[in-house]
Amino acid sequence: MSDPSPPATERREVGNPTLSRRGLFAGGLAGAAALYGLTAGGAAARSLSPALRGALAAGTVSFGSNGSDPVPKKAYANVFKAFTKKTGIGVKVNTVDHNTFQEQINTYLQGQPQDVFTWFAGYRMQFFASKGLLSPLDDVWAPLKSQFASAYQNASKGADGHYYFVPIYAYPWAVHYRKSVWKQHGYTVPKTWDQFVALAKKMQADGLTPIAFTDKDGWPAMGTFDIINMRMNGYDFHVRLMAGKARWDSPQVKRVFNTWREILPYTSDGALGLTWQEGAQQLANKEAGMYMLGTFVGQQFTGAVQKDIDFFAYPMINPKWGQDSIDAPIDGFCMARKGSNSKEAKALLSYLGSAAAENIYLASDPNDVGANRNANKSRYTPLQKKSALLIAKTKHIAQYLDRDTRPDFASTVMIPALQQFLNKPDDVNGLVSSIQKQKVAIFGS
Amino acid sequence: MATEAAPRLATDGAQRRGRAVRLSTRDKLALTLMVGIPLVLVGGLIWFPTIASILLSFTNWDGIGGVTTAHWIGTENYHQVATIYPPFWPAVEHNLIWLAFLTLVATPFGLFLAYQLDKQLRGSRIYQSIFFLPVVLSFAIIGFIVQLIYSPTQGLVNGVLGTHTDWLGDPSINLWAVLVLVGWRHAGYIMILYLAGLKAMDPSLREAAAIDGAGEWHAFRTVVFPSLWPINIVIVVVTVIEALRAFDIVYIVNKGRNGLELLSILVTNNIIGEASRIGYGSAIAVILIVISIVPIVVFVWNSFRETEQA
Repeated sequence: MSDPSPPATERREVGNPTLSRRGLFAGGLAGAAALYGLTAGGAAARSLSPALRGALAAGTVSFGSNGSDPVPKKAYANVFKAFTKKTGIGVKVNTVDHNTFQEQINTYLQGQPQDVFTWFAGYRMQFFASKGLLSPLDDVWAPLKSQFASAYQNASKGADGHYYFVPIYAYPWAVHYRKSVWKQHGYTVPKTWDQFVALAKKMQADGLTPIAFTDKDGWPAMGTFDIINMRMNGYDFHVRLMAGKARWDSPQVKRVFNTWREILPYTSDGALGLTWQEGAQQLANKEAGMYMLGTFVGQQFTGAVQKDIDFFAYPMINPKWGQDSIDAPIDGFCMARKGSNSKEAKALLSYLGSAAAENIYLASDPNDVGANRNANKSRYTPLQKKSALLIAKTKHIAQYLDRDTRPDFASTVMIPALQQFLNKPDDVNGLVSSIQKQKVAIFGS
Repeated sequence: MATEAAPRLATDGAQRRGRAVRLSTRDKLALTLMVGIPLVLVGGLIWFPTIASILLSFTNWDGIGGVTTAHWIGTENYHQVATIYPPFWPAVEHNLIWLAFLTLVATPFGLFLAYQLDKQLRGSRIYQSIFFLPVVLSFAIIGFIVQLIYSPTQGLVNGVLGTHTDWLGDPSINLWAVLVLVGWRHAGYIMILYLAGLKAMDPSLREAAAIDGAGEWHAFRTVVFPSLWPINIVIVVVTVIEALRAFDIVYIVNKGRNGLELLSILVTNNIIGEASRIGYGSAIAVILIVISIVPIVVFVWNSFRETEQA
């Protein structure tokens, strides 16, 4: 729902992707024998066991994709082409609009999902794993383990310790800026919060909007909350807070909002009416000096602007934690328990976790960095290299607020709460106690 | 309306004929189908979901696994909605503002347009078309238009006025900005409904009023308006329904957050989407049902009364 990818216009493709034509025909025959053949095709196919359905569709695997934008769509197509060439297994892709895919995930996984589908690491995956909607992938992971850093491995495990997720890429959240603008004004990268605020002040005096900031979409503000929280209270507190274990009306959380308030005067006017793309334009047009966002913001820049973009990690606030955590959400794949669970599906997942697949993907979408240790870094753009380095040297990788906590809490509580904060930044006490009450209602404690 | 009327007519017919002739098997079959199909449709599409919503609103079902996994939690959802759910009261307030705006501004304006256009003005058809045009646009389309004209940086309004107002992002004004366009569409709708009524009105009534020396406003108030009572009822009901079912336009603008909360939006946010708080969303839906039932009862009561009179 609130995932940081640009909205898209593609619609769900017609047809039932879990059934090949052969499968449908066989289902129809079975149905005809049992039920006069009246609309029984679908019913019979549904009544077949997943294994049998998998056997009927032998030689193909179905794939549910949220990569509805042209860049990822093409990138996936290239990956599957290579997979089919290598293994002879066909891939039937069903692409759904990015946001729609997320919003329908509940009904999707309980209906007739594709065998393999795109999803996110962390709690957002664990939630569905614990509900029994995903299949464990320990056998797929056995050969992959050595190829992934432990942060990726941990993010791929369910709460029960089994693997449920195969990562393909990640993208860090950082503060983006235009090198030419900074050179012109002689700005330097701030290391500490005080330097950061001083820089913002200076930019304002220079006639810039110091920090481009947008939250019409509801999720971008979560990035700022996350990073200030991790800078001030550390990664472990972030994890406990997101898991519903720490209190939202605690002094730690209040401090986050109060610190955030210090930079609000330096952010874009009317942030609640602006989309993240409009924020990117403020940066591109040299109206804004900085923009805290995931590196996917690069999709908005072309040509000279693209080459002029650089980023730095969010400044240190509490020396105890330094810059030891960032949000670097991992995207990847899960296997639906209600899908075929076939060996073809697992073959596809093994392939998607491989360095070869990542190289093909990243060649078409260079705004992310490969998750696999052996992904080819020599063809990375300078920014990709920098992203990879940032992820590698950062001790704790968080997934992002809406991926680290319950989906219902993120969407029905946190989005309105952060927007309320941006409207009325002065009532922090009222805000956090309201969040806490709703948290208790949702988490049950 | 059609589905409600069908079984009633069918039953009337059956009773009347039943006294005179015995029903043939074919007649019985036809009757069963004519009564049965609408009954199944009404029951399955209206009553079953309604009752299911009411029952679910007392549970904490998360939509995963069968309904059997739902736990009965009494009125807990209602309590939480009313006490700790920040968007709820703003949503109620916005629905009421919506209703008040349509009732006090948009609908009277539609009546005014209809009354003026009924006077055989030159080019009346053209004006009618212009005012009716927005009605054929869906609210989703109007939502996109809203964004184009109100965008803070590239929008028409700020461009023309030379202002820098954040029409859609500022929660104290975005509701009104949206309502202007809602009114634009609603007025055209009301205009057409009322115009139809005015055309059907006996012109001698108005002539008589004029001969008796009634001024225009006086004639409208005492002669035209009361004589169009059935149409007025329709307009009241249409206005109320439009206000309560409002959804698409704010959903397109900003998903119904930040100053544009509506009850319908909260239902959707909780039930559809990744959140899947079916019980919680159902409780809000039931609240919306209760609010909606009042005008519906008025409407049904009126239509029954008319049938009895006729």
